[in-house]
Amino acid sequence: MESAGVVLAGEPAIDPAKARVVNDWTYERPLLACRMSPTGAIVVTSSEDFSLQRWDLTSGKPLQLKAHESWVHALEFSSDGTELISGGCEGNLVWWPILDETPQPKRTIAAHQGWIRAIARSPDNRLLASVGNDTIVRLWSLSTGEKVAELAGHERHVYSVLFHPDGRHLLTGDLMGKVHLWDIEARKLERSLDAGPLHTYEGGQRVDFGGVRGLALQPNGSQVLAAGLHKATNPLGAVHEPLVLRLDYADGKLLKSHVCDGIPGGVIWRVQCLPDGTVIAVCGGSTGGFLLFFNDQQDKDIARFKLPALARDMDWHAPSARVATVHHDRHLRVVAFG
Amino acid sequence: MQRASYACGTVDHAVHRRKFVGSLAAGSVVGGLGWLTRGFAADAMQARDMRVLVFNMHGGLSQLESWDPKPGTKTGGPTRAIPTSVPGIHISELLPHTAQQMHHLCLLRGVNTSEDDHGKGAYLMLTGRRQSPAADYPQIGAVASKMLSTDQQALPGHIVITPGAGGGRGNEAAYLGPRYASIALDGQKPPQHSAKPDGMSDEVEQRRHAFRQRINAEFLSRGRTAITDAYTHSYDQAQRLMERRDVFDLNREPANELARYGNHDFGRQCLLARRLLSNGVSFVQVTHSNYDTHNENFNFHLEQLGEFDKPFATLVSDLHTLGLLDQTLVVVLSEFGRTPNINHYYGRDHWSKAWTVVMGGAKVARGADFGKTNEEGTAVIDGQVDHGALFHTYLQAVGVDSTQSLLVDGRELPLADPAAQPIWKVLV
Repeated sequence: MESAGVVLAGEPAIDPAKARVVNDWTYERPLLACRMSPTGAIVVTSSEDFSLQRWDLTSGKPLQLKAHESWVHALEFSSDGTELISGGCEGNLVWWPILDETPQPKRTIAAHQGWIRAIARSPDNRLLASVGNDTIVRLWSLSTGEKVAELAGHERHVYSVLFHPDGRHLLTGDLMGKVHLWDIEARKLERSLDAGPLHTYEGGQRVDFGGVRGLALQPNGSQVLAAGLHKATNPLGAVHEPLVLRLDYADGKLLKSHVCDGIPGGVIWRVQCLPDGTVIAVCGGSTGGFLLFFNDQQDKDIARFKLPALARDMDWHAPSARVATVHHDRHLRVVAFG
Repeated sequence: MQRASYACGTVDHAVHRRKFVGSLAAGSVVGGLGWLTRGFAADAMQARDMRVLVFNMHGGLSQLESWDPKPGTKTGGPTRAIPTSVPGIHISELLPHTAQQMHHLCLLRGVNTSEDDHGKGAYLMLTGRRQSPAADYPQIGAVASKMLSTDQQALPGHIVITPGAGGGRGNEAAYLGPRYASIALDGQKPPQHSAKPDGMSDEVEQRRHAFRQRINAEFLSRGRTAITDAYTHSYDQAQRLMERRDVFDLNREPANELARYGNHDFGRQCLLARRLLSNGVSFVQVTHSNYDTHNENFNFHLEQLGEFDKPFATLVSDLHTLGLLDQTLVVVLSEFGRTPNINHYYGRDHWSKAWTVVMGGAKVARGADFGKTNEEGTAVIDGQVDHGALFHTYLQAVGVDSTQSLLVDGRELPLADPAAQPIWKVLV
């Protein structure tokens, strides 16, 4: 595999070939999701025991936080890092003063019927968007928790959500591979992008599978990255390969289908764009855990880092050029590049 | 000419005479012949009006996402429990409509079948016996058809509604013979080849049928066998079925009925099941697929149970409203359950040590739960039952004495495994 040798404008250089695990800590139970604080001082994770864990990255000690009644897949920091919002499979959004010595829920909102799958913060730190199994996209005031809008238009579970850097648009992706583009101010669906290759209907097993598991935008907002899986020849048996679609934001045209050789049981759980446009994705599934790297020149991944265990989520922290990953083997790992 | 080695409806295949005489003698001791008319004979007559409806959750339904959730435990996953119409009984939040029908149902939460193979698990759950190269046993549908149907019924006694209308007419009737094998439907169309060919007038069709009957009669005058009887029965059944094609036509249902069941394949299949049961079909099996969720168990159960819940609950409710539930045994089974352990990719694997079967209607106790698993659902700690006991119980629930035998080629063949017993505690 060719080394990417990516150099970031104004950021530390990262070289995927030099990726290494610099922190490796263990919790009691398998982990589900993670986010690094804007300062890079803490990581918050969620676990199969319904709790959150606040990890101090200097000591590696987790502090357990309890408020949810089910698993938590959705985590988001406020822009200053003082608050964390979590979204649970019971449908609640919880605001945490996350830097308090022993954080207690500041606000709990029954936000969705069923699972909350993803949440996102607007670039101006004013709005929180939440999506889940009830198919409704909801916007909330980040400061007061008041509901600002409900957007209906998806027909199946909504898996991912992302604000466009222009602050006026919201993208949401669903099980069927539809990416809806919402006009926030007008509160309406503006248009849809087709990420259909991320969806599979397997007739023998009679299941819809895949979906837009991850969404990202190029820093200038010109391209959408929609990630998940394809080639699902046996969805129930975890036979499927990771896939990232690169779509033109303006007209929805498919620019590239980024594929990965040699990962016959892979799914991308999250995708992010680095400031220079390099795409990083975390891959789980029956083949194991990988960090995958893509650019806009090549179809296949330009580099990959094999993680010690199957991964379930990641979060890229730009200032420190590190990635936090969480795993089924109960580990929180931090990967540095160099 | 060799006799066919399956039951054909002749005296050879009647209820085992010694068993019947034994019952009669016992009845005479306790109450004279009056017992016979009020008890055995009355039950037998009643059994002819009974029906069985089986939902086969193909692939292995997770008990933890359905009937026996373990929220907040190491094995519970994200699934929460919700209250039902029966105080104290909670089931998965993925079944909110079914929860409101729990007063019609009975949960058997202590099932241990010790068989984690799909094929073998399906076999034992449908036949009540372990698969063995030494013998083949009829499935519950064939047995129900044999014991509950009459020759006068216009419709087949054993119907399986399954995606693509696959299967059927295999060896599911075993020694009972092909007349008790299933007719397979997909819920969209009437049985294959049941329409009169285009261009054939009623008169021509009647002449054709009369000609066949005459030829048959000539042939049978030289000797009857089980095979010829089954052959004749097939034709007669096909003829009756052609006359009742309307039963399979969902277009005859008002649009709001289709909407109540859900505008998808499974909704239509459940509505068809209601039509079949209402028209006297003795056994209907509806297959719902697929629950073999080694990968992403929770996403797939959200999807599948999200489809299953409302049509199933609507059908149970409708059977009650139509006054058919007292005559109809409802069973929700699978080949096994799924592992309490959640694997690396959010999946659950095969698990037969501690899982759940649901029964309802007929003579089954309503709004009840029987059997219990431990806190993490890894083992049965009370009320353990297996496939053999369940099979006995299905039959007893529709008034069939499951301890009786059939005589086939001089051999006594017990309807259900003689080593097992009915679960009397769930029967009323």
